[in-house]
Amino acid sequence: MNPVVEYFDDIYRGLKTATVGMRITFKHLFTKAVTIQYPTVKMKLPERARNRLYVNMDDCIGCDQCSMACPVDCISIETIKSTPEDNLGTTSTGQKKRLHVPVFDIDIAKCCYCGLCVYPCPTECIKMTDVYEFSEFDRHNLIYSFSTMTPAEVETARAKAKKMEEEAAAKKAAAAAAAKAAADAKAAAQTSAPAPQPEGSQPKPE
Amino acid sequence: MAEIITASPRTSSGKPLRTEEMIINMGPQHPSTHGVLRLELVVDGEIVVDVIPHIGYLHRCFEKHCEHMTNYQQVIPYVDRMDYVCSMNNEFAFVVAAERLLKIQVPERVEYIRVIMAELQRIASHLIAVGTYGIDIGAFTPFLYCFRDREKILDLFEMTCGARLLYNYMWIGGLSHDIPADFVAKAKEFCEYFKPQIRDFNNLLTYNEIFVKRTANTGVLPADVAINYACSGPMLRGSGVEWDLRRDDPYSIYHKFEWDVAVGKGEMGPVGSCWDRHIVRMKEMEQSVRIIEQALAQIPDGDVQSAIPKRIRPNPGEVYARTESPRGELGFYIVSDGSGTPYRIKARSPGFVNLSVINEIARGGMIADLVAIIGSIDIVLGEVDR
Amino acid sequence: MEQFLTSLIGEPLLVHVIMAAIPLLFILPYALVVIYLEMKIAAHMQDRVAYMRTGWHGTLQPIADMLKLLQKEDTVPAAADKFLFILAPYIVFIGTYAAFAALPFSPAFIGSNINIGIFYIVAISSLVVVGLLMAGWASNNKWSLFGALRSAAQIVSYEIPSAFAILGVVMLAGTMSLQELSSLQTGGITHWMILGGTLPLMKKLIVVPLMLILFLVYYISSMAEVNRTPFDIPEAESELVQGYNTEYSGMKFAIFYLAEYANLFAVSAVATVLFFGGWASPFASVMTGPFWSAFWFITKGMLFVCLNIWLRWTLPRLRVDQLMYMSWKVLTPFAFVCVLALGLVLVW
Repeated sequence: MNPVVEYFDDIYRGLKTATVGMRITFKHLFTKAVTIQYPTVKMKLPERARNRLYVNMDDCIGCDQCSMACPVDCISIETIKSTPEDNLGTTSTGQKKRLHVPVFDIDIAKCCYCGLCVYPCPTECIKMTDVYEFSEFDRHNLIYSFSTMTPAEVETARAKAKKMEEEAAAKKAAAAAAAKAAADAKAAAQTSAPAPQPEGSQPKPE
Repeated sequence: MAEIITASPRTSSGKPLRTEEMIINMGPQHPSTHGVLRLELVVDGEIVVDVIPHIGYLHRCFEKHCEHMTNYQQVIPYVDRMDYVCSMNNEFAFVVAAERLLKIQVPERVEYIRVIMAELQRIASHLIAVGTYGIDIGAFTPFLYCFRDREKILDLFEMTCGARLLYNYMWIGGLSHDIPADFVAKAKEFCEYFKPQIRDFNNLLTYNEIFVKRTANTGVLPADVAINYACSGPMLRGSGVEWDLRRDDPYSIYHKFEWDVAVGKGEMGPVGSCWDRHIVRMKEMEQSVRIIEQALAQIPDGDVQSAIPKRIRPNPGEVYARTESPRGELGFYIVSDGSGTPYRIKARSPGFVNLSVINEIARGGMIADLVAIIGSIDIVLGEVDR
Repeated sequence: MEQFLTSLIGEPLLVHVIMAAIPLLFILPYALVVIYLEMKIAAHMQDRVAYMRTGWHGTLQPIADMLKLLQKEDTVPAAADKFLFILAPYIVFIGTYAAFAALPFSPAFIGSNINIGIFYIVAISSLVVVGLLMAGWASNNKWSLFGALRSAAQIVSYEIPSAFAILGVVMLAGTMSLQELSSLQTGGITHWMILGGTLPLMKKLIVVPLMLILFLVYYISSMAEVNRTPFDIPEAESELVQGYNTEYSGMKFAIFYLAEYANLFAVSAVATVLFFGGWASPFASVMTGPFWSAFWFITKGMLFVCLNIWLRWTLPRLRVDQLMYMSWKVLTPFAFVCVLALGLVLVW
């Protein structure tokens, strides 16, 4: 293009596009604002919103699936075996609870809100709620402990479990000793009697 | 006497005036480097003589973390966080790679929903790119218009999977949730709402003479240089090279839709300028709306979770799969040793490769041009550093 | 005003000190209003609302901003040139405040009724450049230095088209005194300089387009003088953090801020006096008088300030060399040609 024409064309285009832009911003002066006055007004979250975790301990069977599914290892669970005469109750989905859960900590500061812990839970007791305002001043307050067992209950459960284990171990030792004794007796009986000649018929096991 | 002709002016004694080059740090904390990027500039007055980018300020050892996951599905939240501005596209790339490794065929409905989500995310990512580009050039208002529109897209995502930025939505073999009942209607509404907004935005910023003058003659990236540096995405298409992985290395069901590849034609200056890359992004948004409308009309019924494997244990082997993310070619190279834990996952991120060309195109321009060029490369440090 | 005060107080020195302080009484509330206006207009253009919590719809926010700035820690970088660093904001403020001395707020009040009013304003507002250069250099910061150098180049270059535009109006009016310029434009809107002043109709038809171009040239140059977008390259937020302002905080930053807005009003006021009648009412004889005149002057000034704000939030920023191109190759030739043509018409 001829440089002179280009010069005037530039100026004309500059003025024209500036006025077009000004018209758009002027129009927007009168459109309604798209913002709301948080925190006096809060937006309603959709029902699938994924925010803070919540665990309903009544339904937790201590299976550890959520802890294994977490990609950032923010859930720490400890379980204690229950004795057969303990009745821990059933979950709302009908499963019988067999494990005490003394420790169920979620470090919500580490949580990445992916929701991978929610899917494997067999009783659907761990859920993501719509709570998003849970800042704390102290970082340690962000480690949520969901377990409902008091320290006394934990002690008793642990003692009972230990006792049951010891009994089971003793029983097992006794059973092993008895089996060993029986095997020794059998071996002794076999060595005292003459060994039967193998005549083609197998000796029947006792 | 043989005199060396230099460009510097002479002092009264006849000797050349000593001008020094200044080394300036456009440091990790800077309003316009789009993240924590450090640029070491050697400038002669206003002219940039050399640009040396220093990265690594956002390195989070993503690839190493993946080697300790017990399950391939656990990698998805990590992949989200690489390029946090377009999470759906990251997930898409990863699940395409993993499904190729596991030889899983997902149901038709899953493919359609994935394409819709990826294209919506492409629009959202480009909105951030052009909005922040406007701020870098000095126009503060278009940025807010972009974010207002992006909010609508994020509302759609929140309705579907519960999260607004980091979704963990596309799983290997399917999706985490099916789309809710009113999603199709709302998405159609969004498409209708969005088309005039692109026009408004173009009038306000793209064709504004000052913006054109700032961007149409700077950062010219010739096509052969772009190909040699392995640039991809709008950087490559802005230089006139018609290469789009959705059409040229097809994955998923992109071949079922009718859409054009946006290419820079040099309308306002040489081909490959910053303006060309910008207009490519604007056109890509229009094409994404086209794809979304077609997909919404054709979406079939089905179960989105039927093909999700119970246990992911691929055979030993390796796969490299690449997809078109808003920034370019995003590829995942997965090596499996037969166990449930990935042996090695490498992410080929477009930002890292595109940023390498900055020295070529910024030299000889001014500092203000450098800002415009970085804005037009559209880097997100999360994926540059991983 | 001067006679009134002399009769009240008597001591001439005190009278002059009070006259010098009265524009300050205007600037301080004006600064609060303009900060509020800028934020609200910007917000509504961007589909949002700013400031809703302090006072009704945020009307007390500027006071809160000022209080915040005043109670901030006033740091001086260790390696900075301390004397220049502390002096710079005050020089900038003096440069802009001195221009208020010759602005005619009303027929009854003008700080100093000199007969080279406009010449004095152009000259004294160049002092701002010295202040900005001091700020940039004394900060001992490469980015500040960049901002200051760009700013100096910009302000000095844009003095020229602005001076040409002023020359055109002075030729038309025949006087440099702003008070006289305003009184020449009384008698209704047709007597305003932008519409040709008191020329006969035939000449007006030729002069009005020339005056329009001169006004446009003057307004654009004035935007560049006060470093407002699209010419805010010296304080380009996204490139230079804050340009020459980077190292300033607290009270000194408040002075810079105040000086920028005062300068904005000063150039808008000069634009109204030169082209749009100053304190003259647009109606021939309605709403005239000393207080109504002050009202007209301030209103017209604020209208141009609002126009400036509108442009700031619409247009992107020009690069330094494009800025120079615009000044030397676009504005100056146009202004020069218009002044020549105007001269020919007047001599005819």
